[in-house]
Amino acid sequence: MLLDLLALALIAVGAFFFVAGTIGLLRFPDTLCRLHALTKADGLGLGLTCLGVALLAGTAGEVVRIVLIWFFVATSSAVCGHLIARHVRRAANAGGR
Amino acid sequence: MVEPLLLFDALLGLAIAALAVAVLTVHDRFAMIVLFIVFGLMSALAWVRLSAPDVALAEAAIGTGLTGALLLTTLHHIRAAPAAPVPVPGGVVVANLGLCALIFGGLAFAFLLTPLQAPGLAPAVAQNMAASGVGHPVTAVLLNFRAYDTLMEVVVLLAAIVAVWMVERGTVQAPAPVLGEIYRGFSRLALPAIVVIGSYLLWVGAQAPGGAFQGGAVLAAVGLLLLLGRLYRPQPAHRPFARAGFVLGTAVFAGVALLVAGGGRLPFEYPAAHAKTLILLIEGMVTISIAVTLAALFHGREPEAVPVSEKSE
Amino acid sequence: MITALSIILIVLLVSILGGLIRVLRGPEPAERMLAAQLFGTASVAMLLILSRVMAMPALLDVALVFALLAAVTLVCFVVLAAKEGR
Repeated sequence: MLLDLLALALIAVGAFFFVAGTIGLLRFPDTLCRLHALTKADGLGLGLTCLGVALLAGTAGEVVRIVLIWFFVATSSAVCGHLIARHVRRAANAGGR
Repeated sequence: MVEPLLLFDALLGLAIAALAVAVLTVHDRFAMIVLFIVFGLMSALAWVRLSAPDVALAEAAIGTGLTGALLLTTLHHIRAAPAAPVPVPGGVVVANLGLCALIFGGLAFAFLLTPLQAPGLAPAVAQNMAASGVGHPVTAVLLNFRAYDTLMEVVVLLAAIVAVWMVERGTVQAPAPVLGEIYRGFSRLALPAIVVIGSYLLWVGAQAPGGAFQGGAVLAAVGLLLLLGRLYRPQPAHRPFARAGFVLGTAVFAGVALLVAGGGRLPFEYPAAHAKTLILLIEGMVTISIAVTLAALFHGREPEAVPVSEKSE
Repeated sequence: MITALSIILIVLLVSILGGLIRVLRGPEPAERMLAAQLFGTASVAMLLILSRVMAMPALLDVALVFALLAAVTLVCFVVLAAKEGR
């Protein structure tokens, strides 16, 4: 029961960070700021969700898959954030800013 | 009080309909593509809510991995060589409208004729599962009970790549894009991981959601990443291997189907003792074909050495 | 438990739909692409929660495919944008 409550709290806090990321995407002034808001809030949100769902998982195999999902999203979103930031900086340089 | 999950479903359905409208009405082409990708994501979630994880898997692999990349490349080509739109003759428009109306009418007719509380074919499938050779009903239907349809689906892919190779030729001369040290490290990690997960989906298909189409689509993503990073450049000399890859699935599928016939059995009627082996063989070969064909469709041209004079034009 | 998780699912879906405003407004293609990336991650979270709500572990495989292939479209975008810039 306590474990369920803990898992639910983790997932809820994770969802809160997703909402925060979306607000950042909508409200922040320029591309790099929005990138900053998204990558961090998203990463944290998914991490917490994974942790919460893993606590509820039935078998060890499910836990392994959840850990793999977290690992791949974390690495690929970090790399994607990096690629987008590079792209934005280059476009800005090419524009003569 | 309204059931929250029902509210979620309603919201998801509304979102999909709204996205479909937005994709067609928005003016920016790039926004169109991004909206279509989101449309794919939402459809995958809808398939999940309909308890169809097999379709959701295919939608996830095709929608997130391939469609977006294909559409972006198409937009790039349109921008690179803007062609004045050719006026379409009025007769063609009328004929197309007529065909669309015919299809829509047929679908509406079939939908209205379907009895609401029909038992469907699920009991028949459940009864014959033991004879199918696999443990997952969807795989049993696709590869055994209605294997002929599935063979035709594989043939569609083959026809598509044949058409693309007929239309477009040449090798890519562009230098490799500079994506940086971090991306190189990432691709070293991600490419093998995608291969493992794609093979896992093929293997798990016998018992759980997964199978040849899902595995093949995931494996095709490896081809896309290799082509995008210019880690692999298609050469004219590679064409025989590519052709073998395209045909492999269709050939093995049709070959098995015909070879099991005879001795009182029809084509596609696998002997029960070997059904599992034969289905695995077919699925493995079809997976390879799907992966190679989808990657080749993304490349979009036959890697033929075009004469210099033609290239300089 | 299921009710609470369902409410969280609705929150996540609404958060995605809110992000669509950025896709529609732009103005930079990079931002639209970025928003799509956010939706991918949020969809993975929703699939993870749904795998519990619907008691369907196979959904973890769907989430795994999302997680692995999320990068493909974005890499394609960056490569093509670099080509156009040249």
